Amino acid sequence: MQRDETAVLSGRRRFLEIRSQVLRLIRAFFESEGFLEVQTPILTAAPAPEVHIRPIHASPDLFLAASPELHMKRLLAAGFEKIFQITRSFRDNERGRLHHPEFTILEWYRLGANYKDLQQDCQNLTRSVCRAIAPLPGLHFRGVELDFEGDWERCTVRQAYRRFAGWDPGPEPDQDRFDLDMAQKVEPNLGFPTPCILEDYPRSQAALARIKPGSPEVAERFELFWAGIELANGFSELTDPGEQRARFEAAIASKEQLEGIRYPMPGAFLESLHNLGPCAGIALGVDRFVMLVSGAESIDDVVAFPPETA
Amino acid sequence: MGAVLTAGELRKGVKLEIDGEPYLIVDFEFAKPGKGQALYRCRLKNMISGSQFDRTYRSGDKFNAADLEEQEMQYLYNDGEQYHFMNMSSYEQIEISAAAVAETSNLLMENLIVNVLLFQGRPIGLTLPNFVDLKIVKSDPGIKGDTASGSTKPATLSTGHVIQVPLFVEEGETVRIDTRTGQYVERVKN
Repeated sequence: MQRDETAVLSGRRRFLEIRSQVLRLIRAFFESEGFLEVQTPILTAAPAPEVHIRPIHASPDLFLAASPELHMKRLLAAGFEKIFQITRSFRDNERGRLHHPEFTILEWYRLGANYKDLQQDCQNLTRSVCRAIAPLPGLHFRGVELDFEGDWERCTVRQAYRRFAGWDPGPEPDQDRFDLDMAQKVEPNLGFPTPCILEDYPRSQAALARIKPGSPEVAERFELFWAGIELANGFSELTDPGEQRARFEAAIASKEQLEGIRYPMPGAFLESLHNLGPCAGIALGVDRFVMLVSGAESIDDVVAFPPETA
Repeated sequence: MGAVLTAGELRKGVKLEIDGEPYLIVDFEFAKPGKGQALYRCRLKNMISGSQFDRTYRSGDKFNAADLEEQEMQYLYNDGEQYHFMNMSSYEQIEISAAAVAETSNLLMENLIVNVLLFQGRPIGLTLPNFVDLKIVKSDPGIKGDTASGSTKPATLSTGHVIQVPLFVEEGETVRIDTRTGQYVERVKN
């Protein structure tokens, strides 16, 4: 048993070394951009109520954070203009080739910015990390040569569904059909060979994004894909406390039905929105980013101890 | 009725009952697009017919684990239509159809003890021991001088099945066969 573990970990050493390098490069990038690195609680009484994210209970009154999002925005509301964080987040029942229930997340936020500014950050960050890591002649993932220098592909959700799924999702698509086609028809086609920005989600898929001024049918939300893998999700943040409360109430009601748990309203966060000006924020899956730049086949390869051996 | 499983418990290798038939998950992928719901994509193989299909499940879906068990049985004889076995713990005799015995009949000899897979008490297949020893009842002598390594010739086993054996193996000898590959392993002293 011990010998098996030594062999497995030795086999992963190359990926773990790249992981360490990626973490250093991410920090160096945000430092050079003038960002402040922050740490926010992992234990929280009021996780963000999102319908399809199930927090892990740590004790009867506390949960492990499913993302640092709400705390990051409370810092923004207090006037911290540019902040980033690399932390562990926790989501129950997520396990697959690209999912661990405990994973490493990078989030960054900018006051006075919108989702287009974040898209530019994504491009700058990716190029900066890949240039430092990529062995000549380039990056390869599952037999596909990746290109981080070329112009990035960009398409709206509407364009992508028309092209790859053959229908127009409109502002309020059927949720089941939207999810299925995203997973089976849209995502697998995005991000070859350069990364792809998929933007302007139907307003029913807004999550914590604001509705696009002048285009009420979509939200200012985007996701970053590379080689068919979802890497990041960002938006111009919703800062209207009334609308945010209404969306949370709907999510709390859905979750009560799905999970049988009534989650508390994140009151301190809603309060802070009164002081929050226009801003934008994004979450990027660090484990997947390491997979892509190291050519690892599975998320298991880029952590020392996958969940089953933890 | 098997235990109730949730979508979160689906994995490669899990066996489910669907529409009254047992299925094995031969391929499995978890997906969770964006802020959307969890999706569990399965390739399912019917454990009786062998046919396969893909199906995607959602969290909240519930399943019955296939009610399967394995029992040790001894092969007795074949009456031309059915294969007759004796359950080693109850000493009951049962019949298994040729369809369920399938290609294991090639290496199935009388008195061999095998594992019979039962679905809801009904035999649907069997697993042979990893190695079986069978007598060669017919094989032409190898051609003298042709000793190039890797040269083989056909040999008929006591079950009637024909396999490839090395040239030095002679009619009347007993050989060991790996039932997982169906290939000759070595000669065995009678």
